[in-house]
Amino acid sequence: MDTPVNKKKLSLKEKYSYLTRDLAWEPSYQKKEDLFPYATYEGIKVHDWSKWEDPFRLTMDAYWKYQAEKERKFYAIIDAFAQNNGHLKLTDARYLSALKIFLQAISPGEYAAHKGFARTGREFPGVGPQVACQMQAIDEIRHAQTQIHAMSNYNKFYNGFHGFADQRDRIWYTSVPRSFFDDAMASGPFEFMIAIGFSFEYVLTNLLFVPFMSGAAYNGDMSTVTFGFSAQSDEARHMTLGLECIKFMLEQDPDNVPIVQKWIDKWFWRGFRVLGLVSTMMDYMLPKRVMSWREAWDIYGEENGNALFNDLARYGIRPPKGWGDAAEAVDHMSHQFMLALYQWNFGTAFHSWIPSDNDMDWLSKKYPNTFDKYYRPRWEHIKKLEANGTPFKNYGLAKNCQTCQLPCVFTEPGDPTTLCHRETEYKGEHYHFCSDHCRDIFQEEPEKYVQAWLPMPQLFQEPINGDLEAWMKWVSLVDGEDNGDYQGSHDQTSFEKWREMATSN
Amino acid sequence: MQIDVRTVSIEPVRKTFDHLARRFGNKPASRYQEGSYDIQAAENLHYRPTWDPDQELYDPNLSRIRMKDWYDLKDPRQFYYSTYTLARARQQENVEANFAFVEARGLQDMLPEDIVEKSLKLLVPLRHAAWGANQNNTLACGYGYGVVFTQPCMYHAMDNLGISQYLSRIGLLLGGVEALEQAKDAWLNDSAWQALRRLVEDTMAIRDPFEVFVAQNVVLDGLLYPVVYERLVDTYLASQGGQAVAMLTQFMTNWFTESKKWTNGVLKVTAAESDENAKVLAEWINHWSDRAVSAILPIVNSVLDERVDEMVSEELEAFRARIAKTGIQL
Amino acid sequence: MSTVFIAFQTNEETRPIIEAIELDNPAATVYQEPAMVKIDAPDELVIRRETIEEQMGREYDLQELQVNLITMSGHLSEDEDTFTLSWK
Repeated sequence: MDTPVNKKKLSLKEKYSYLTRDLAWEPSYQKKEDLFPYATYEGIKVHDWSKWEDPFRLTMDAYWKYQAEKERKFYAIIDAFAQNNGHLKLTDARYLSALKIFLQAISPGEYAAHKGFARTGREFPGVGPQVACQMQAIDEIRHAQTQIHAMSNYNKFYNGFHGFADQRDRIWYTSVPRSFFDDAMASGPFEFMIAIGFSFEYVLTNLLFVPFMSGAAYNGDMSTVTFGFSAQSDEARHMTLGLECIKFMLEQDPDNVPIVQKWIDKWFWRGFRVLGLVSTMMDYMLPKRVMSWREAWDIYGEENGNALFNDLARYGIRPPKGWGDAAEAVDHMSHQFMLALYQWNFGTAFHSWIPSDNDMDWLSKKYPNTFDKYYRPRWEHIKKLEANGTPFKNYGLAKNCQTCQLPCVFTEPGDPTTLCHRETEYKGEHYHFCSDHCRDIFQEEPEKYVQAWLPMPQLFQEPINGDLEAWMKWVSLVDGEDNGDYQGSHDQTSFEKWREMATSN
Repeated sequence: MQIDVRTVSIEPVRKTFDHLARRFGNKPASRYQEGSYDIQAAENLHYRPTWDPDQELYDPNLSRIRMKDWYDLKDPRQFYYSTYTLARARQQENVEANFAFVEARGLQDMLPEDIVEKSLKLLVPLRHAAWGANQNNTLACGYGYGVVFTQPCMYHAMDNLGISQYLSRIGLLLGGVEALEQAKDAWLNDSAWQALRRLVEDTMAIRDPFEVFVAQNVVLDGLLYPVVYERLVDTYLASQGGQAVAMLTQFMTNWFTESKKWTNGVLKVTAAESDENAKVLAEWINHWSDRAVSAILPIVNSVLDERVDEMVSEELEAFRARIAKTGIQL
Repeated sequence: MSTVFIAFQTNEETRPIIEAIELDNPAATVYQEPAMVKIDAPDELVIRRETIEEQMGREYDLQELQVNLITMSGHLSEDEDTFTLSWK
């Protein structure tokens, strides 16, 4: 036979290269910049796309095979969970508040990431990152869907889940993660990769998925553990993509270093603020806790982050500007945020509560330098008001930070008794911020951040016009069912009644 | 504490999520519905894209197609990630079994020489065309509007990548690394492939996500797959002793049959929405099918000596009949 | 010194993988946490296909690791025989 048959067995790397890298070609009928129009405007210089190293070399056949295995496991577990009324095995239905926040605030972010990675998967003029981004795009829609599917059963028995799609676009606290993902998607492809691929996936998602999911297991929620860990197995691929992407940019041209550093500074802080929600989920909303937010931060933030930034130092990268302030804020943020949620719980589609004595003892043990000094007295005061029949409610509106969109409830670095508040003026308008870092981010790109949709002012505009009842209807929040204190809620009474039925004759 | 919860019968307090109850009534929703409808942000978008400030982050006006509700474009296969992935995992097991069958018996070495040559010449350069399809579907997903329309585009993009990898493996099996190199050279330089490459590059320059969908999935694949896989591989090559090659392209044949259900469904609903839509669709289909036919002809000519024009025009007729059934007048 | 880590779901499939990792990485520390096992190692952690195969008694493709993987930290380099995490 004339055809020369090469019988040499290709290595994994060579084979992968033929099955991906080699598929593309240099276009000659169209100009490359017309096919990839967004590849250069951010100023990132790439000289040689072939220098991209693929960390996980998955071809589609292997992808389908392994992902199908994960899917079979996942749906078997959530089906069994639903059939067996697994929700009655939870330590306590209070725990569900964490899941409600997850569904309203985080799952939509998974979808946004799906869409964003589909865009970068098309816009990078290099096959290596394109294929990796495309796989991440399809993984991210998986995460959105598995989360909705896992929580669908809870929605049938408990309040607060039913309006998540409306709340994603309208309720005040979801605009924190929404603005984060919108910000990333409004950025160019390279910045998107730093925002989601690097900052969110590599530096921060461990904090969300690993200790929190371990906590879900601890609280009897096998359905959430399963989606969490199953998603996180994809995240391992995503994290390596994020890390590779940052190395690639830094190695391609020294001019990229300051741009990348600016994005690291920005996106670390943006991500850290979003995680404010997670800190309260971990410290306050898990009836049985595996570790505190502070302990999780020490392992997955501090230790892991330092390892990473030590490693990147050889390129001239330093830890993010907000790194030190973040480390200090970790001892305060969950308490400050839970206090805020509690006083505004008329406007949340989940319950909050005054921590029990037992909870408070745990918190003082975990936060020896801050809890008893600053936060226990506030909770004790709120408890007293509650006992006197005058529960503490704040119907006033907080100022939202123009950048991160959280209410400005955080304190000054170095002074936990003074609220931190920053302002700036741009084209004759005043803008408010929760911190120096959020103000700095605004000042880098004011034209972007003046566009932010702020949920609080919306209350006074059409169609709400300051009417609280109309607002609740508009955000699909059922007053007296979805919101308020957990004590005395439908969720509490249903759960206790059903548990009673399950444990007695 | 051990609770035997199976014995408890408790009444659910609601049947489904609010947005699904509004669309489908107050009844339990399917997993396809839960995972697809309204899961994309719809209002109060925060910022305009820095890459094109004229666009919204999710923008239905990037296309000339107009829909009152983009969620009308349901995927008849009802693919969400899980059903999609499980379907492909089963198919890839078959492909693996077919490759293993061929390799274990050395069938690739028993193929007549000219069949090997023709298979390499015809199939391996197509891996680049499949990569172009991947780019186009990724774009349609990234910039299209409404999850029920865009999520199958992402699945399709991954299928296109899978197909380009299967085609590459056929090349490696029948001709080693050299076969891939020769095919790439043909794709870049051989005159028989230039009309197709130009067409693929031109489709990659389209930024209207729906036009990309039409040019790629409806028109180009709609003509290329029946010609290449049904006519040339399954019929012509198989009749000349190339059955083993047909085993290796079974995925593509089945995939095309399946994906027609989706593309037909999308066309039908879009055309029925308004006369304007139907006109735009007809314009696109006419334009791109003229280009596709002239791109496919020289490829067929390079492996087949006779009845080439006849065969391609029969397939074009079949294609036009298929489009007519979706309510579009060409 | 920086710590690299990897975590797996706790189940029957990962038991031999974790044993293999312990054999190949004497400096590693294994933490059992609810539903997961986390393994820390100073600077580098190597997972070898051969060792896993010995522990499992069957052929093993390192890409199968993904099915039960939860998270990891460090630069990854992967070929047919090894899966290595390191900080340089």
